[in-house]
Amino acid sequence: MSAAVATLNPVLHELRGKIASLEGAGSRNRSILPFGVPEVDAQLPGGGLAFGALHEVAGGGNGAIDGAAAALFIGGIAARTTGKVVWCLTRFDLFFPALAQVGLHPDRVIFVECDKEETVLASFEEALRYGGLGAVVAELVRLPMTASRRLQLAAEKSGTLGLVIRRWRRQTEASDFGMPTAAATRWRISVLPSEPLPVPGVGRARWLAELMRVRAGEGGEFIIGACDGQGRICLSSETANGPDQAGRSFAIGRKAAGGHRQERFEAMDFGS
Amino acid sequence: MVIARSGSKRWISAADTAATKLGLRVGMPAAKAQALVQGLVMIDADTAADLAALERLALWALSQYSPVVAMDPPDGIVMDTEGADHLQGGEDLMLSGLVNRFRGRGLAARAAIADTWGAAHALARTTDRETVIVGRGDAARAANRLPLSSLRLPAETVQSLRTLGFTTVGDLAATPRAPLTLRFGLEVGRRLDQMFGHIAEPIDPIRPAELVEVQKSFAEPIGAPETIEKYVSRLVRQLCLELEKRGLGVRRADLIVHRVDNTIQALRAGTAKPVRDIAWLTKLFRDRIERIEPGFGIEKLGLAAILAEPLIEAQSASSLIEEQVTDVTPLIDVLGNRGGQRIFRVAPVASDVPERSVRRIAPIADEDGATWPLNWPRPPRLLARPELIEVIALLPDHPPVSFTWRSKRRRVKRADGPERIFGEWWKRSSEWVAVRDYFVVEDDRGERFWIFRSGDGVDAETGSHKWFMHGMFA
Repeated sequence: MSAAVATLNPVLHELRGKIASLEGAGSRNRSILPFGVPEVDAQLPGGGLAFGALHEVAGGGNGAIDGAAAALFIGGIAARTTGKVVWCLTRFDLFFPALAQVGLHPDRVIFVECDKEETVLASFEEALRYGGLGAVVAELVRLPMTASRRLQLAAEKSGTLGLVIRRWRRQTEASDFGMPTAAATRWRISVLPSEPLPVPGVGRARWLAELMRVRAGEGGEFIIGACDGQGRICLSSETANGPDQAGRSFAIGRKAAGGHRQERFEAMDFGS
Repeated sequence: MVIARSGSKRWISAADTAATKLGLRVGMPAAKAQALVQGLVMIDADTAADLAALERLALWALSQYSPVVAMDPPDGIVMDTEGADHLQGGEDLMLSGLVNRFRGRGLAARAAIADTWGAAHALARTTDRETVIVGRGDAARAANRLPLSSLRLPAETVQSLRTLGFTTVGDLAATPRAPLTLRFGLEVGRRLDQMFGHIAEPIDPIRPAELVEVQKSFAEPIGAPETIEKYVSRLVRQLCLELEKRGLGVRRADLIVHRVDNTIQALRAGTAKPVRDIAWLTKLFRDRIERIEPGFGIEKLGLAAILAEPLIEAQSASSLIEEQVTDVTPLIDVLGNRGGQRIFRVAPVASDVPERSVRRIAPIADEDGATWPLNWPRPPRLLARPELIEVIALLPDHPPVSFTWRSKRRRVKRADGPERIFGEWWKRSSEWVAVRDYFVVEDDRGERFWIFRSGDGVDAETGSHKWFMHGMFA
């Protein structure tokens, strides 16, 4: 197709090439952070979360307030990057041992606890601009369009992965999530009943990950096993059944034989 | 108890707590004290040594707290902490930290923050509380209630005013000024104005001998932000040259702004590691130049390296294969100097009690690779205070069947536990037999929580057997 475009409009093609080379310069090696799950990565342009971009994650349902699933999802992503992580927030209710369990080492994370939300935005932007960090995380209630655009530009300039956890003080505020932002992807992570075990007890946590918006791509819904932290590098487990239509039909999981390191989550599709 | 002499008079110049309890007061004649208490230990006051000790304290405060520090003899130190308190985490933390540091050395200290030197001076000396913070603009209200003696007037003047029926500063402030001036001179009015902030009382900061400082005086007062910025970057360059000669790097730098109306404004920037980087230091100040209020103009700018440490030049890694590790200290400095935020890392503490297992450490503390044992699941969000829940459960060690939290009832579908956590009797004797049983529970919608029962479910000694919500799982 690109050849066809080239013959149709060589000027445009040349410009595109120039832009690509400008954008690719310096960050060719690390422009994408794949999830390692083919079904999820296929939905993302380039095959993973783009570095140098802003990604928004919110909790679904009741989880929108505490943002526990969103924090763990983000923690897993940050754990798979290299370099320091700066985490800006207003109220420090994170329990770090849980993040350590998804492979994020406490030595890597620098917390910036701010008095006001505006300070969070300012610190977030400063850290994004700085460059050389693995990821920059911010917990925000509000993310206005202009602010998100500034942040997106800051991230683009330095090639840093910007992660935003949207959490609200009360359920009604969650409607703010409908407002558009300049973020490259927008996720909603809701909790699902855990993977059934043959014995009584809580199995591996499962999430419904909704990719609600992705720039230059189509969204999707995945049932995923929560971040696994046995290894230093945390891979989210296999998706259940690709885009999950209205069914919410929970796949039945079965643990693959093997050690802790290769704890995989396989699933069969009962849907159409 | 310390005795001072002036001429033939001997009076008490300082008394410790034990002496104060016996009814002895500073200013009381020594003979009277001897008559009141038998076997009194008296030491001759050594004013010179006191003054020297005070100067040492002031120099220490200069390096720690504020760019503008002066002695306030005989027993005080005055600081202008505006624009510097954020490095200590705000006024509250700064003040309590200061008092605690003194206490750690076995010294009693009282501290006050107010708009004016006069008010702070008086408050620190008159209240019983260890720390007092008077908000912006409230100095006048606070000062009204203060006794006359806190007005920094000569003792005779205070005595005569008392005879005239004045007891508080407020009384005096409400009286017409002219007769007072006629009777007592200008001093009374001046002290009143200083306390209420009607006239400026600049603090003449002390300077240690070996301080690295550069200054620039202007023939014409300057005021425009761009001009200030230009001169600040010049000063930074000069300062870095000076530091380079001595092999030092700066940890704390002060920009002192002398205005034409004889007031001083100061900006302090701290760095996490010694620096001698011109661009970096300039950036630290440039972010906050807008905070300088030039007023009628600035006649002198000074830049001082208040805290300097040896800086060893190290070659940066130039290997092509090795992945370069980004140094984040400049970023920490920029964020830390902005104020309104605390920057820290967390580190594990060897404690099973969840709320004690995490502590905050400095952002550039050594990385020792320590982490938490990962054998039990932990929730990513922990409630600051466990919340009481109502539970239906089978004792002693069954997980709940259902529970009500924040007036919402949830049926437990799956549960894991108990994970028994014992109290730490070496911390508090009340935890001698205390026990918490933690359960991971999942309700029918898939929400997972971390709840615990206080007590082991059998023995009432081990806890109240009440249930609490402590955290949310993902």
